[in-house]
Amino acid sequence: MTIKTLSQHGVQRQQMPCLTKMERMIISMQDPDMGIKLRNQRLLITVIPHAMTGADIFEWLIKKFSISDEEALHIGQIFVKYGYIYPLKEPRNLILKVDNSPYRFQTPYYWMSTRWPASELDYAIYLAKKNIRKQGELIEYEKECYNALHKRINHTWDFVVMQAREQLRASKQRRKADRIVLECQEQAYWLVNRPPPGTLDNIDHGPERRTTNTRVQLNADFYKKEIEHNRISLARNRVKSSICLESYVKYCEQYQPHDPIMQGCLPSNPWITDDIMFWNMNCETVSVPTKLRVERWSFSFMELLSDPVGRKEFLTYLEKEFSAENLCFWQACEDVRHGETSKIPGKVDEVYKQFLAPGASRWVNIDSKTMEKTLEGFKRPHRFVLDDAQMHIYFLMKKDSYPRYLKSDLYKNLLARAVVPQETKKSVLPFIHRQRHSSPSPALATQAAEDDGKTKNSNSFKSNSGTASRL
Amino acid sequence: MCDQTFLAITFGPCDNCSQNKPLMNIYLKNEPINYCSLCVELMACQGLAKGETTNTLKAESESLKAKLEEERAKLHDVELHQVAEKIEALGQFVMKTRRTLKGHGNKVLCMDWCRDKRRIVSSSQDGKVIVWDAYTTNKEHAVTMPCTWVMACAYAPSGCAVACGGLDNKCSVYPLSLDKNENLAAKKKSVAMHTNYLSSCSFTNSDMQILTSSGDGTCALWDVESGQLLQSFHGHSADVLSLHLAPSETGNTFVSGGCDKKANVWDMRSGQNVQSFETHESDINSVKYYPSGDAFATGSDDATCRLYDLRADREVAIYSRDSIIFGASSVDFSLSGRLLFAGYNDYSINVWDVLKGTRVAILFGHENRVSTVRVSPDGTAFCSGSWDNTLRIWA
Repeated sequence: MTIKTLSQHGVQRQQMPCLTKMERMIISMQDPDMGIKLRNQRLLITVIPHAMTGADIFEWLIKKFSISDEEALHIGQIFVKYGYIYPLKEPRNLILKVDNSPYRFQTPYYWMSTRWPASELDYAIYLAKKNIRKQGELIEYEKECYNALHKRINHTWDFVVMQAREQLRASKQRRKADRIVLECQEQAYWLVNRPPPGTLDNIDHGPERRTTNTRVQLNADFYKKEIEHNRISLARNRVKSSICLESYVKYCEQYQPHDPIMQGCLPSNPWITDDIMFWNMNCETVSVPTKLRVERWSFSFMELLSDPVGRKEFLTYLEKEFSAENLCFWQACEDVRHGETSKIPGKVDEVYKQFLAPGASRWVNIDSKTMEKTLEGFKRPHRFVLDDAQMHIYFLMKKDSYPRYLKSDLYKNLLARAVVPQETKKSVLPFIHRQRHSSPSPALATQAAEDDGKTKNSNSFKSNSGTASRL
Repeated sequence: MCDQTFLAITFGPCDNCSQNKPLMNIYLKNEPINYCSLCVELMACQGLAKGETTNTLKAESESLKAKLEEERAKLHDVELHQVAEKIEALGQFVMKTRRTLKGHGNKVLCMDWCRDKRRIVSSSQDGKVIVWDAYTTNKEHAVTMPCTWVMACAYAPSGCAVACGGLDNKCSVYPLSLDKNENLAAKKKSVAMHTNYLSSCSFTNSDMQILTSSGDGTCALWDVESGQLLQSFHGHSADVLSLHLAPSETGNTFVSGGCDKKANVWDMRSGQNVQSFETHESDINSVKYYPSGDAFATGSDDATCRLYDLRADREVAIYSRDSIIFGASSVDFSLSGRLLFAGYNDYSINVWDVLKGTRVAILFGHENRVSTVRVSPDGTAFCSGSWDNTLRIWA
């Protein structure tokens, strides 16, 4: 595994952006003009200087960032959790209270970015000091840690105890107020870096990430590839921003009525009302689709093809026009492209026999150049051998059959017949849930099909396939 | 030639010059080799023409990059929010937690929706992968992986299998069986093999192919049936953290983001890096395509989300605020692409207006980092998974 020094650097790098930001905010909070007004706080009999109340922090955050109460409280909590601000009254409870509770800024010496990770030795010294001061009366988990450390770094224990004694002696020579402040600071630091069991550990960051990889050699080869890549990028055709951005506006506008989160959905959103009518009316095998769904087929050819009902309707139309073989061919090509590798030669053979061979039963009209290239590729059939032919037929359908379908009676009648669901009102009693019914698992449906001896990659007209169609 | 100091883990005969020296353990195209530092330097200089050094090549690459940025800027005649001025602003936005899924014993790291719009699969730090019916909140299947930190999971398009992987460096596919007596783990199929952790995986249009990204800096396309590597994608110089397939007509490209701050667009057939974007200031944690396929959004540790347009070939929007300190771990678009949901490491979820660039809402509820955010296939809700061991469905 990784060596300790490496891991230190790794995680420190990871933390840096958010810590730097937090520290900048903390510094601006302490700005004499624009920051929080600090005053003396009375703690029992001593007076602690440079303290502020929770409410002060809260209000400053709201004013500075123009945010809501909830967000200000949230950000304030983060500062306390990460040890940049610590409470004076209940030091073990690292939360922000929006009232008169006193808080102080942690000294930069103890900031996360300067003293991280906390060293075991320092922790041992801290616990030793506490142990001496409280004459052995440590809190449960601290006692456990103390004993564990004693066992682990037994060889330097004399040093630890000596340091602890030195530091205690030095602190006795300070003014009481200073001493309390220093103790609070140190305690806050350790509460963040060695959280008591049961509280959130902020230090946990997940597995190692590296910004540079020993597996990728930054050598001549790498740079040459980069240079080549940059040269190609320079030569690329670009589109003006205004055109690109306009297209987003159009897209969002067009799809807004179909976006349940933006505009709701009829009859109702199943997650909100516990009524699954919406899913039932839009499932794959419905006989009368909804109006919105039929309208969506007119947005793009891909929309029509990805909807199983749409595809079926389109096939019916093509059959009337005697060009159904185009869609069947396209589908067969999709099957080759996305199916099992071992079945490719067999499938390609089938496709040739049915669609491409001269005199084939469902012959498709491809230009001679593409046909030549495809037949050449058949000698060594691979996954993408039918790509060119498929593309040709796809664009043929898109430019020719698809626009005519949208103008056809078949489509217009379907649109007229299409249903617009009634809105279901939310239940009057908001706390009573409707019964939430479970639905058959897709795994079950296909298992039944398997039991019947059919294959998983069934023709996509069947309702329970999922391979070639995209919802 | 000054030798850079390095951490020597082994000492012994160099694979190249056979002298006994401290060895650097490096990988060349995923093959481990042990060279002494002199041989490593010599190898780095291989392929250089007369008068070239790696430094001159690096400088040339940098100058080309600068020229590329200039070219990109030339066609940038308007900002997104200017174009969006004529659109109505979004009104009050109310989204609440509609379901809370409790059952994981440890941090939830990843989740994916099934195409039936109500089932989900989720994976966690303790190696558990659970399939839920999110609508009823019932657990339907559970698998325990032999490794911890299962950072990637995906639902197969047919709904009959799930793929997952993490610190085991592999991606395994589990067919979902409804037989109560059957042990799912027994039918497991190991598909992908990387040399470092698996960060993300996704099925392509069928159950038969899986695309993976890994901490070893590469992405790869695998055939599920045979476990064979179909194509590998090299170009990132650090861990790759996330990938997303393009919803385009031809279905041939995908985008990946990594710790080298780069987002790369790849062609699946040729394995080539088609386009590259490098404007983030820190690791890119998540990448997602805009529904039309013409753009993609990224979420990064620098606390911003950005939108990149593929035809204009540049960054077109930044979603950030002074009050947002922590990085975005996961992003996803609503169905129309008007809203961008982003989960952050400060436990909140911010909802952005993609066109106007403003924040529409901030959602609280999770008690630890939000690790994953995904919108359901029909856009009725989105699911968020968090390090507080729960998943929430919002609508």
